[in-house]
Amino acid sequence: MYTKKECVAMLLAGGQGSRLYALTRDMAKPAVPFGGKYRIIDFPLSNCVNSGIDTVGVLTQYQPLVLNDYIGNGQPWDLDKQYGGAHCLPPYQTALGAEWYKGTANAIYQNIAFVDSYNPEYVVMLSGDHIYKMDYNAMLQFHKEKNAVATIAVQDVALEEASRFGIMITDEDSNIIDFEEKPKNPRSTFASMGIYIFTWSKLRQYLIDNENNPDEDKDFGKAIIPNMLAAGEKMVAYTFDGYWKDVGTLDSLWEANMDLLNPNIPIDLYDPDWKMYSRNPVLPPQYIGNEAQVEDSMIAEGCCIDGKIDFSVIYEGVTVEEGATVTDSIIMPGSVIKKGAVVEYAIVGENSVVGSGAHIGARPEGFDNRDDWGIAVVGHRINISDNAVVAPKQIISEDM
Amino acid sequence: MSLNKKVLGIIFANMHENTVSELTRERTMGSVMFGGRYRLIDFTLSNMSNSGIDEVGVITKSNYQSLLDHLGSGREWDLARKNSGLHLLPPFSNTSNGMYRGRLEALYGIWDFMKVSDADYVIMSDCDVVATMDYNPALEQHIATGADITVIYAQEKLTLESAAHSTVLGIDTEGRVNNVYIRPAISGECDISLNQYILSKEFLKNLVADAKAKGVYSFEESILQGKCREFKIMGYKHEGYFSKITSIKSYYDANMVLLNSDNRNRLFPESAPVYTKIKDNPPAKFAIGAKVKNSLIADGCIIEGTVENSILFRGAKVGKGSVVKDSIIMQDSVIGKNCHVSCIITDKIVNISDQKILTGSANYPIYIGKGAQI
Repeated sequence: MYTKKECVAMLLAGGQGSRLYALTRDMAKPAVPFGGKYRIIDFPLSNCVNSGIDTVGVLTQYQPLVLNDYIGNGQPWDLDKQYGGAHCLPPYQTALGAEWYKGTANAIYQNIAFVDSYNPEYVVMLSGDHIYKMDYNAMLQFHKEKNAVATIAVQDVALEEASRFGIMITDEDSNIIDFEEKPKNPRSTFASMGIYIFTWSKLRQYLIDNENNPDEDKDFGKAIIPNMLAAGEKMVAYTFDGYWKDVGTLDSLWEANMDLLNPNIPIDLYDPDWKMYSRNPVLPPQYIGNEAQVEDSMIAEGCCIDGKIDFSVIYEGVTVEEGATVTDSIIMPGSVIKKGAVVEYAIVGENSVVGSGAHIGARPEGFDNRDDWGIAVVGHRINISDNAVVAPKQIISEDM
Repeated sequence: MSLNKKVLGIIFANMHENTVSELTRERTMGSVMFGGRYRLIDFTLSNMSNSGIDEVGVITKSNYQSLLDHLGSGREWDLARKNSGLHLLPPFSNTSNGMYRGRLEALYGIWDFMKVSDADYVIMSDCDVVATMDYNPALEQHIATGADITVIYAQEKLTLESAAHSTVLGIDTEGRVNNVYIRPAISGECDISLNQYILSKEFLKNLVADAKAKGVYSFEESILQGKCREFKIMGYKHEGYFSKITSIKSYYDANMVLLNSDNRNRLFPESAPVYTKIKDNPPAKFAIGAKVKNSLIADGCIIEGTVENSILFRGAKVGKGSVVKDSIIMQDSVIGKNCHVSCIITDKIVNISDQKILTGSANYPIYIGKGAQI
């Protein structure tokens, strides 16, 4: 239909991702490389396309350069459309002045005109913080069946973990009867995944009311959801039991990459029925050299591997020279690991150079006090000089 | 292009198919797979695009379904343009022209397309040469020397076998082509045509009209050879990397030499990317126990066994306990468990079931056709 979209997605991609430190110093979190040839935002974007949603507003604010450039006209995700497609939506100036997005709700409020231009029945709200494969259309069908105003995707988490999340308390018909943000004594184990579907006409009014109330936070979790609950709107929880992982911290980013190598963890990038799309690099195939040893790893195109790689994710265009060893690590696009260098339990950012004989990170086994140990991180475009040592847990954001 | 001259690229996608008849049974020469993720036409098309040519016509004749599928709108080569861009030119016959027999007839058949182009010059290329080149200096030389035709050539050591599929040029000290030997029975160091020509559109138009009137159709025989003294035909020497495919053996070798990093760096310089159709494969996966040496591996491969001195195209799979040596495994082909294969070329989507042993030899690799189940 050329004058209407049933469902439009709004993807909140403006977050700084401050807990990723050096990796998000000059790019927004959703632009951080993930899984050998993707960026985090490829997951929600591909999910949209695979779910039949062809109109996506990407709300950007923090360091948008890399992200804007990456999304471009949306073509790699088939989101270059005459009507619809991917649109980057930065904050803008109006006759009344200019303002930043003051919160998740305000970000959508400022783009009401964008959503209205597609005249949708429903809006799905997404974030660029998670790795998962999910059919939003199945969730939308659930939303329609339940005749809900808001549907919140939830995951049944372990009770001891529940206090890390926003928890939905539901009745036996999946109706949300209460909501608690990071409760000390959780009354339920249904953790919000930060994925919402709203009936647009209703949400639109709540956004306007929220904007007009100066005392309220301009945030979905703090204002819109509680307001809807208080008003007795029909809100339901949609249980998703697939793989879903937050990649907001260095540890979880590292783990989520490693999960791709674990055959027992249900996230399959090789499934032809739910392809993950990305902006593909223009590079020749990877070359594995005569002296190379590669096991239990994922390696992308354009790499040149002459060293030893074990249990690692190596992104496109990486060089690992002879005698270098990379284990339990993530090496992001274009980086070079020189002769004899050792990289263990580490994340090396884009286009960095690890000098020969340098040693990045360490295995956890040697540490009596596990708190002294952690993933070592080298940021983007960093030079590590020959024979330098980067201790575990260290985060390098300047040349050394 | 740099000289502010508008140049039209014309690619002949079907020429030389008989040299690798196994590979071209269901596809054009241009759509023959190469180098782990490419098709032969990608090299010429990328060269044109990287040289600043934004209008390219691809002439096909038969078996062109895979070619059309590969090229699509030409977006991957930056040739999906509002004006100019990529034009696919399958044969269409009317009462006066049937299926073309040679370049001149093919060009006559598409002259309506040529006519509307506002190009000053035409660069024609076949798909049998794998090379990275910038056409700008060749065009500069063409204009500076006032040549009627410029032939791009390179030096190669010919064998009797490869000479039988080559055109050898005699070039004088001024760079002028004064002799043309088509498929000569010679061997040794020769200047061979890379089947890429530069000429002005006006000159080409006259050649094509004249050929139609006289009923001749072979550009090489009637023009290059027949008129090499009458016209000013200049050679432009390509000094960079190239390989010319003249047989299944030379196809195999042209792939295998890419395992040498020097060759690879010359064919894939950072300054001139080679574009191809995007398949959105995930990165290649190496399982526990995988052993890979001296091989080119494309995205989407899953390797559980041993791979040595081989080229694996996108989505190829090698099962546990299998050994793949000196082989070319094309897109989405699967080698089962505990197989042992060496010196084989599998076409696309070949399935070799568990425990099979297949051994070819480097001078006669075994070719397994598209979709075969073994």
